[in-house]
Amino acid sequence: MDCAVKIDNLSKLYGKKEALSNIDLKVEKGEMFGIIGPDGAGKSTLYKIMATLLLPDSGKASIFGLDTVRDYRKLREKIGYMPERFSLYQDLTVAENLNFFASLFGVKIKDSYDLIAPVFSQLEKFPNRKAGALSGGMKQKLALSCALIHRPAILLLDEPTTGVDAISRNEFWEMLSKLRERDITILVSTSYMDEANRCERIAMINKGRILEVGTPQNLVSRIGENLFNAVGENMFRLLSELRVMPEIEDCYTFGSTLHIVAKKGFNPARAKLELEEKGLKGISIYPAKGDIEDLFIKLTRNEEM
Amino acid sequence: MAILGSLIKKEVLHIVRDPRTMVITILMPVVLLLLFGFAISTEVNDVRIAAVVDRHTDETRNLLEKIRVNHYFTFLGLTSENEVEYLLRSGKADAILILRTDETRLKGEIVADASNPTNAQSVATYIMGVINNGVSSSPVLTYTLYNPQMKSSYNFVPGIMGMIFILICAIMTSVSIVREKENGTMNLLLVSPIKPATIILGKLIPYFLLSCIILLIMMLISYTLLGLPVSVTIIDVVLVSLLYIVLSLSFGLLVSTIADSQLTALIGSAVILMLPVIMLSGMIFPIDNMPVFLQFISCVIPARWYIEAMRKLMIQQLDFSFIYQEIIILFSMTILLMSLSICKFYSSQKK
Repeated sequence: MDCAVKIDNLSKLYGKKEALSNIDLKVEKGEMFGIIGPDGAGKSTLYKIMATLLLPDSGKASIFGLDTVRDYRKLREKIGYMPERFSLYQDLTVAENLNFFASLFGVKIKDSYDLIAPVFSQLEKFPNRKAGALSGGMKQKLALSCALIHRPAILLLDEPTTGVDAISRNEFWEMLSKLRERDITILVSTSYMDEANRCERIAMINKGRILEVGTPQNLVSRIGENLFNAVGENMFRLLSELRVMPEIEDCYTFGSTLHIVAKKGFNPARAKLELEEKGLKGISIYPAKGDIEDLFIKLTRNEEM
Repeated sequence: MAILGSLIKKEVLHIVRDPRTMVITILMPVVLLLLFGFAISTEVNDVRIAAVVDRHTDETRNLLEKIRVNHYFTFLGLTSENEVEYLLRSGKADAILILRTDETRLKGEIVADASNPTNAQSVATYIMGVINNGVSSSPVLTYTLYNPQMKSSYNFVPGIMGMIFILICAIMTSVSIVREKENGTMNLLLVSPIKPATIILGKLIPYFLLSCIILLIMMLISYTLLGLPVSVTIIDVVLVSLLYIVLSLSFGLLVSTIADSQLTALIGSAVILMLPVIMLSGMIFPIDNMPVFLQFISCVIPARWYIEAMRKLMIQQLDFSFIYQEIIILFSMTILLMSLSICKFYSSQKK
């Protein structure tokens, strides 16, 4: 009963394709937990099972001790679910949307107003605007307000920041930390690796399997010391040359630079000389600080091998 | 109940906020009724007719005079027997009346252009009517009951009603439910504590009310502009129509549980419902003339039974006891469709 979410050996098939396989996961009460993975990793399926919309093929999931299959009725009052793509009635106004969701749960807006105020305050200026005419960031806030209206104990946010500009994304994460202070457990999924650091703990998921679970700092520290940045004038040639070097395990583009995962005994200065002999110019290789994305690439490469 | 209220309110807002759908749903019945009632008719006017007369008598003169003054006919004049084929073939005449007097007995012969069989039939019937009136010795008299002037405007009212309700109820309900599936809002409704039955009712009631408004409009037009005879059967017309509306709504619900996108729902309901309703319901083509196989299929088309019942009520002015068969069939179809779609809805909720 200590955990907010407990998932045991959960699997889900779509036809023959395995969307989720043997998922085990525990989320503590009051935690801000991130589920990080690329598109098609199975995040939304996992959310739908937790939100009592899908039945698992095997294994079980429970939230606050309530089974998602058996106790779905009781559970539905406790969860605030925000599906992918902000599901709102586009032809209803801001106020109508909020009122409608309040009435679904039999609550009044003013009773929950203190909770949604930080999120909703920006929307209050135009209650009569149609939801379809709102910007991505505003839609996201309205959807979150609607998900919060019945004071849920846990928020299930499925890719809430997809399709939203960087400033709104930042604001959104700040709002989530405020909600987190009010003892709401938050499960948030994202395909943006950089957002992982905003969570207390994260689970990395790919192809329906959980790769790693832990705090972002802990996970990043596992990458080790042998990560380097490389830049040069001809990045494409640099990449292909680096990939064939024997002392390099992996090399991939990372933003505007290349990341090198080196084997032990890799000497950046010697590698630079070697490359310059081959006619490459403007080369510099220096140690890099890895992040979640590096870990993700490492873990998925391991899986492929 | 408060939840149901707000679901209905929300649905009404959806309908009202979409003026295009609103206009189409209200205008379509009106336009169809007026089109079929006035513009398009199966009556044959201006039949061009020529006559061949071998011996002029008072009787033949009398007959030709009648044709000349009848406004359904345009009398082209007398012609000779060897011109007959030319006139018909060149399309200058629609029918030729050949009158022979044999020992003071008049014998009539009608040669009609049957390139359009329906027309030829009507033309022949008209001419027969005129001749029979003139030739008192003819033993056969034709009376057309219920619709004495053979006005086709009446005849189309039941058919159009049968089509419109299937169109509006089934298509609009299914599209509106599937739209919620597409937008993901259905998932939000389902994760809330409201019962699935409430969601279904919240969808059906608004479209039921909309259909009632359309029924009112159509009946107003039929009984005033189109001049359907007003009688107590109006109450039965309303009752049977309400049953048919519920049936169409169930059909829409069923389509929505199967279809995944608004487009599939639209094409599904349009193709599956529209074509059979128009072709096989007896709205345009008489069912008795169909091959047995198609007659068999037409039995499962609800519109067929509704249109049949409506014909009896609206045109024949028969009372309720004459449409038991139709009512029982429509009622069982409603129960079947309703339970089927509710089962499907519940089972599709969880996969």
